[in-house]
Formats: sequence, C-alpha cells, structure tokens
Amino acid sequence: MREVVVGLGACGIAAGGIPVYDRLKELIDPQKDQAVLKQTGCVGMCYREVLVEVREQGKRTLYGDVTKERVDRIVEEHLRAGKVIEEWKVGEENEVLAKQKRIVLRNCGKIDPFSLDEYLGVGGYQALVKVLNELKPEQIIAIIAESGLRGRGGAGFPTGTKWKYAAAAKDQHKYVVCNADEGDPGAFMDRSVLEGDPHSILEGMAIAGAAIGADHGYIYARAEYPHAVRRLRHAIGQAEEKGYLGNNILGKGFNFSIRLKEGAGAFVCGEETALIASIEGRRGMPRVRPPFPVDSGLWGHPTCINNVETLANVPWIIINGAKAFNIFGTGNSKGTKVFALAGKIKRGGLVEVPMGISINEVIYDIGGGTISGKPFKAVQMGGPSGGCIPAALGDTPVDYEKITATGAIMGSGGMVVMDTDTCMVDVARFFLNFTQNESCGKCTFCRIGTKRMLEILERICAGKGEEKDLLTLAELAEQIKSSSLCGLGQTAPNPVLTTILYFRDEYQAHIKDKKCPAKVCGALVDYVINSELCTGCGLCLKACESGAISGEKKKPHLIDPSKCIKCSKCITVCRQGAVEKR
Amino acid sequence: MTEATARTSEGTVLSPFSKMLWRHHGEPGMLIPLLQAAQDAYGYIPSLAIEQIAEVTAIPASEVFGVITFYKQFRLLPLGKYVLRTCKGTACHVSGAELIAQTVEDELGIYPDETTKDGLFTYMVVACLGCCSLAPVVMIGDQAYGRLTPEKVRKIIKQYRRKKEQAA
Repeated sequence: MREVVVGLGACGIAAGGIPVYDRLKELIDPQKDQAVLKQTGCVGMCYREVLVEVREQGKRTLYGDVTKERVDRIVEEHLRAGKVIEEWKVGEENEVLAKQKRIVLRNCGKIDPFSLDEYLGVGGYQALVKVLNELKPEQIIAIIAESGLRGRGGAGFPTGTKWKYAAAAKDQHKYVVCNADEGDPGAFMDRSVLEGDPHSILEGMAIAGAAIGADHGYIYARAEYPHAVRRLRHAIGQAEEKGYLGNNILGKGFNFSIRLKEGAGAFVCGEETALIASIEGRRGMPRVRPPFPVDSGLWGHPTCINNVETLANVPWIIINGAKAFNIFGTGNSKGTKVFALAGKIKRGGLVEVPMGISINEVIYDIGGGTISGKPFKAVQMGGPSGGCIPAALGDTPVDYEKITATGAIMGSGGMVVMDTDTCMVDVARFFLNFTQNESCGKCTFCRIGTKRMLEILERICAGKGEEKDLLTLAELAEQIKSSSLCGLGQTAPNPVLTTILYFRDEYQAHIKDKKCPAKVCGALVDYVINSELCTGCGLCLKACESGAISGEKKKPHLIDPSKCIKCSKCITVCRQGAVEKR
Repeated sequence: MTEATARTSEGTVLSPFSKMLWRHHGEPGMLIPLLQAAQDAYGYIPSLAIEQIAEVTAIPASEVFGVITFYKQFRLLPLGKYVLRTCKGTACHVSGAELIAQTVEDELGIYPDETTKDGLFTYMVVACLGCCSLAPVVMIGDQAYGRLTPEKVRKIIKQYRRKKEQAA
C-alpha cells in the first residue's frame, strides 16, 4: 500500500494544508489507487509548504508548494499513471539535509502525531521500557550525565547534574515540568516537536520522573500554539489508555501522570520560578533563587524543569547510549541543536545540526543564503536575550561558550537572518520594545531601565539622537544586567549591546548624519515614487491624508517631501511597488 | 446571565465553565484554567465570573483581578466575532510586519486592542505566532495567513466581511 502524507504542522496549515488534505481525501480511493492518505507534523522545509510526500516501496517523492489546485494532477499523474511530476519535486532536499543530523526531529515529518501505533512503530516508548526493566535511577542519571546533554532552553545547564540534584532532594512528592512556553519571537523549534512528535516528550518526562523519583508531571505550553496543545492532549489520553502513563506503568510499580497547563500569554513565564508561580495560578513573577526549584519548586516540592528539546533527546540517548550522542559536538557542547531559520533566508525552516558546525554552514549550505540575494549582514541568535552576530563572525561554531563569547547566546534556537536591508538600530529598538512590554515589573531596573533605553533608541530612530546617547545606553545596560532578578532583565540589554559593538557606524549614521543606511527608519528617509514603475492609477493620491501626492491620471505621480508625513500609507496601497524609501 | 442558576438547578445546560465551577473542590492551581474556561465561554471575563471564581476558590476577587491583568490572554471586554492578530515577531518584523499592521489599521479603522463598530473584528498585535518561515503573518481566529502583502491583507479582510454579509 502506498502512502500519501501531508505535512500538517502549524506552518503547513497556515500555508493551506487543510484544503490540500481535504482535496486528496476526496480524490483518493484507497482500493482503486492502492494508497492511503496520512498526515504528519513539521517536515522542516517550511519555505516549501504545503509539502506532500508519496511513499512507495523503497521510494519517496516529496512535492513542495502544493496547492489545492495542484492536487488533481498529482493524483492523476503520479498515483494513477505512475509518472513523477519532476517540476514540482523538492529537488534540493538532499542539499538541505546533507549537513543535518536528526535526533530531536527524528520522527517529525515522518509519523502521524495523532497515532500512538506509528510512534510505537518507530521504537517509541522502548526507552521507557528499558529504563523500567533494566536501569536504576542512578544509572539513568549517569547515562544522561555522560552524554553531555545540556538544557536546550537557552541557559545550557547540564541536564544530568540537574537530575542528580532533583533525585537527591528528599520529599514524598516531586515534580517533572516540561517548559513548553516558547516565547522568543522568531523561534518555533519546540512548537514543531510538540506538534510533530508529542509522545517523545511524554516519554522523556516519564524517564525523568523515574530518574528523580517524581510521580507527577506538568507540561506548561503556550496558549498561542493551539495545534500543539490539541495534539499533546490527545497523546496524553492515548498514553494513559495504553498504560505508558498513569499508575503502575508497564506493571513495574512506577506511577507517573502528566497534566497539561496552558499558559496565558506572558513571556516571563519561560523563567522557571515565574513558570512555577503561573502553574500555581498566580501572577507569573520570578522570585529570588536559591532555593532552586530542584529543592523547592511547585507547591514547595522538589521540581525538575526541562525544556521540550532537552526532553526529546532523552529517549534517543537511553536507546542509543551516551557515546552515540556525545560523538557529535565540541568540548562542552554535545549532541545536536535545533534551529528555527527565519528572516531573510532563502530556505527558512527547522534544521537540526551537530554542535560545532559553523553559522555560515547553517546559513549558506542549509539555508541557501539570503532570499533577496543581497549580502547576509547579521544573524540574530537567542531572541530578546541574545544578540546580533555580524557576518564577519560567521565562522563561529555552534557551541555554547563560543557563541556567548560574541555577546549573543545559544538561546533556545531562533536564528533570524538579516540582510543589508535590515537596520540594526531598528532591530535593537524592536527587541527592547519587546522586553520592555514583557518585563513583569518586579525589579526597578528592568521595569524603568528598559523604558529609558527604549526611549533613547526611539529618539535615535527618529533622527533626534545625541552623541552621548551611546554612553548612556551602555551605562543603563550595565545597571539593568546587574540589578535584575531573572534572566529577562539580566539579558534584556544584549541586543542593544551587540548591535552597538558590531554596528557602531550605523548608530553614528543615525545620530550624526541623520541617515538610516538600510532605509528603514521612516523619519530618516525620503519617500519617492519611481516614475518608471508608477502607472498613475491614483490609489496613493486617494490614500494620502496629508495631501503630499499629486499627479494626473495615467501619469507618474509625485510626492512633495515638505508635506509628506512618512506614514507609509502610499506604500501599502501601491500595487506596482513604485513608492520607494530613499 | 444564568451562571448562578445553572449551578443550582438540575437539568440546566451547563457550559464547560459552569461545569468546572460546579466540580471545583479546591484543587490547587485551578485559577488560571477557570479563567480560561470563562473566557472560552463568554469571549471575555465578565465581572460576575470573577465573583463566582473568587467564591469557589476562596481567592479574593482583587487577587483574581490581579492575575487577569497580568496575562495578555485575558480580556475584560467582549471580543469581536473574529480576532485578528498581526504578528510582530522578529522574522515578521524584518519582513515588513509594520506595513501589514498599518494596512490592517487602515482597513479596519481601529487601533490595536480595539473592536470594530460592527463587532466583526477585534484587532491585536502579538509577539510571535511561531509561523516565522511564512512571515509576515496574520492570524484570524485559528487560521493563519502567511507571506502577506498589504494587498493580500485587504483581500482577506474583505473575504471575512463578505462572509458576514452572506450570512446576514
């Protein structure tokens, strides 16, 4: 029986995956066509969504950019006439996958996330079986410690050490918490794993529970991820029904149940003590550590908090052994890392690479360079806590310490690529605006300091920057970093500091020359209509509220710079792309 | 609203929120799920729901209110029929989210966190929808729309308006 598989991760659905799936369902006759229709999670090549894969004996064909309209031809030609449609095939798949190593994403895009049988079919829950049959808690912890696995949420704390502390804590109740509150803008690794392979997370949590002696688990998932929440809920129900979760698991006397908690939209809840407060039903504000959650966490009990990607590694390590994992990577950074490649990249999507590979390799060899063909200028890593690494440092390997040395952080895995059309001052302003909004308000320096920094950056972008601003920014940054309780405040200034460090000339251009070299900051550019592209349709003239645009019908229009208020309305209405910022 | 009666009179159809209230036996950490259920049932959190939640959980109403205002998900005002979220994540930002947001504001004639007069749209700006490779992205209800241009956004909004007219 052949299989026709549609990628229905959130990206696939957003790109129109449901109509494609429905049309296939309408057309395919399982008997006549000898084919069954299936769905799977994120395949990773988001830039070619919707992806449809045809699996035949020993052969697989991947079609990209499938639309509802294209489905008919795929069914007619491929399924019924046995002819592969070469021009719709994703030809570069091997190129994209060549430098990848898939451990976390081993099942994503392969299995149906709603099917426990398919997960079992690829060796699912075998690690849990092995743990309960053969391993003592300290042996589990020893394997994880030997593998060198570090927390993939951003900070990179050794997972084995965390488990050891949690195991050593004495209490009747202990908890395992999966941090699935992926809040970094520009990051979607955890979402893809939760959507594509939910059982691997449950299995990882159960193993963690067995290792530290916990009987309850919580998954704290972002409410903005409706598909992930639905699939997790479904998976928990299945696992309970088949006895992989619940009481007396596999008859070994091990009890472990998992509850799903939906977040309510607060970035700071990714911080572990804030996350605990949120699960307990309070305002999600961080508290002073120590005591660390491994000693006193949820409702005062020892709590081991691990990130989604960390937990997804666990079953693989148990089955394949620590050595199979730590042959990948560098001195202190073992295994693989998943990155969400986005921004001005040609082949955006989800990639998993062995640690130690260079940033350039990820961007050029896997990502295919920039989508505009313009030079790659910088890559933003680590979201609002991270920084911008300039193209000149593109040889930096993917390694916790080496990336920290640049001023950015490994972070959870967002990699937003920027080309020469991106203004770095604007990027810094963007991130600070984000952290300023998300600051919980507990620490004065984080609450007010970020506000002051943001005001300065807004002034610079508006062409009112002053020479002393850079010094003030650096000063405020130091104070915020040293006087904030949690990671949010301690790292909030990073995007500003790294852009000042590597792109000082761009700040200077804004401050001294009152110019935005990337032509982004509205106040520092002129809006001009390209007379070669303008058809004189008059749409911009109608839209302009300040009466700055003039021109006769069917003749190129003009913008009067003295009246233009740079609101961009003309750009949003022009169908020719004739309004340019110069 | 019939919440209070729904809790006492048998045979009354209970919303999931009422059921949760009814079954609540003081389990810890139920405040946020209760608020989420109330919001699911009404589209926002009415003041009566705050009182009821405070009563069954024995958490002071002021504290319940504090939790509501801390989280962005919770709303104290009714929502429009469709919630339109424009994404302002990093990837969307560098791919022109500003222009998309501007277009939405123009087309709907409202600012973020407002609802159109006809009650059709509530417009919000969110940090990241996680569909970064399709940037820039707008989400209406549960449906995401990616790789947008100002023109496409206008078209999509018009489709929703037409849907409403057809239904009327």
